[in-house]
Amino acid sequence: MQTLRRTPLFDRHVVLGARMVPFAGWEMPVQYEGVIPEHLAVRRDCGVFDVSHMGELELEGPRARELLQSLLSNDLDRIGPGQAQYTLLTNEQGGIVDDLIVYERGPESFLLIVNASNREPDFAWLQERELDGAELRDVSDEYALIAVQGPRSLERLGLPEAPAFTFADGEIDGVSCTVNRTGYTGEVGVELLVAADTAGELWDRVLERGAVPCGLGARDTLRLEVCYPLHGNDITPDTDAISAGLGWVCALDKEFTGVPELRRVKEEGPARRLAAFVMEEPGIPRQGMTILDAAGDAVGEVTSGSHSPMLERGIGLGYVASGLAQPGTELTIDIRGRQRRATVAKKPIYSREERNGG
Amino acid sequence: MAAESYPDELRYHREHDWARIDGDEATFGITWFAQDALGELVHFEAPEEGATVSRDQAYAEVESVKAVSDVIAPLSGEILEVNPAVVDAPETVNDDPYGEGWIVRVRLSDPAEADSLLDADAYRQFLAEQG
Repeated sequence: MQTLRRTPLFDRHVVLGARMVPFAGWEMPVQYEGVIPEHLAVRRDCGVFDVSHMGELELEGPRARELLQSLLSNDLDRIGPGQAQYTLLTNEQGGIVDDLIVYERGPESFLLIVNASNREPDFAWLQERELDGAELRDVSDEYALIAVQGPRSLERLGLPEAPAFTFADGEIDGVSCTVNRTGYTGEVGVELLVAADTAGELWDRVLERGAVPCGLGARDTLRLEVCYPLHGNDITPDTDAISAGLGWVCALDKEFTGVPELRRVKEEGPARRLAAFVMEEPGIPRQGMTILDAAGDAVGEVTSGSHSPMLERGIGLGYVASGLAQPGTELTIDIRGRQRRATVAKKPIYSREERNGG
Repeated sequence: MAAESYPDELRYHREHDWARIDGDEATFGITWFAQDALGELVHFEAPEEGATVSRDQAYAEVESVKAVSDVIAPLSGEILEVNPAVVDAPETVNDDPYGEGWIVRVRLSDPAEADSLLDADAYRQFLAEQG
């Protein structure tokens, strides 16, 4: 059996009483006090997550931009130094090798923050396609990543507001870090990229400022409420970006791996789409459950499902025939042999603005 | 959430269920260990009143945000009552697993089956052996 990796914050999680679980080869906190209170802390105030399991790949050199432009779906020309971009690494079939955020540190320097389980496959993918003049390094072990998220996160950290998807060098109570205006919760917040050897100190300072420690359990329910896809569940190398509703991160007017196929899917219209749904009856949808139409015919499969702490009912994502992906469409989820009604929801399932009547 | 406990007056099933036996009737629930392992319950798939339950067989489901678990009958019988408090608020089980968070009341078809259950000391020992 492969030994699980531990982040620089492992001992702190144990002291805080976290329940540690294996995740993507790492031993990670799934919860401290409980998924629901942690979820609510992020929606109402401020939570902090150790997401150091995520991978960091550095690409530098005069041809780094050219290489990334040919491999990533979004258009790097839309951003400049100090800006970040959500983008996809695509295969020849238009499938999603990974979804990631690329940070432009300078004209010849880029950082890719990638999913933990895709760190090695992404590295190999890039390395196989490496150009002279674009040097790739896996720098994951040099860094920890601490996400601080929630409506009071900036106030608690004493940080000024800044546009989403920007980043800058900064510090929290004397601990240097890069402050990324990114996240995976649908709330305002930051992800702090910090040297591995000072990560513990930064984590302690963030907790002292009143952030509630949150585990991967709440991270999953938070992202699902706002319909951020999870690679491996909702998007995979076998699902394309258009069907997944990620056409907005595909610059189909530039050349990158798989773009002909994506243009074709876009033009013909995808046969199926990733739909969000809300349960109308009791029961919690789970990954792998069958989705049926009103006539009782199987039309798809749940790719992510959980209980929504904000809606206090079951919610999920799943691929269904395109004609059934319209908000308001009635579906049925087969929950261990029980047929339970659900309705296709407009994405995101939860939004702060709508809750506030704004 | 309640503190860990395994009351002496209850009998225990290895699937982490308890029975409070009173003549030919019993109340069933899940143990502190079970609710702690699951986390805060958000859904209870209740059985029908009048349904037959069989020892060692699932008769209901409890579900937390992350996981679903069958609830196993420690003894056989007929369901007389399903706890409406748990139907309305499944987290009642977390708050008070041996009191307000009971799950069903059952008329036992074979009270002698109780001999197969563990007493509190034996259940604690069983938990310790599970590590």
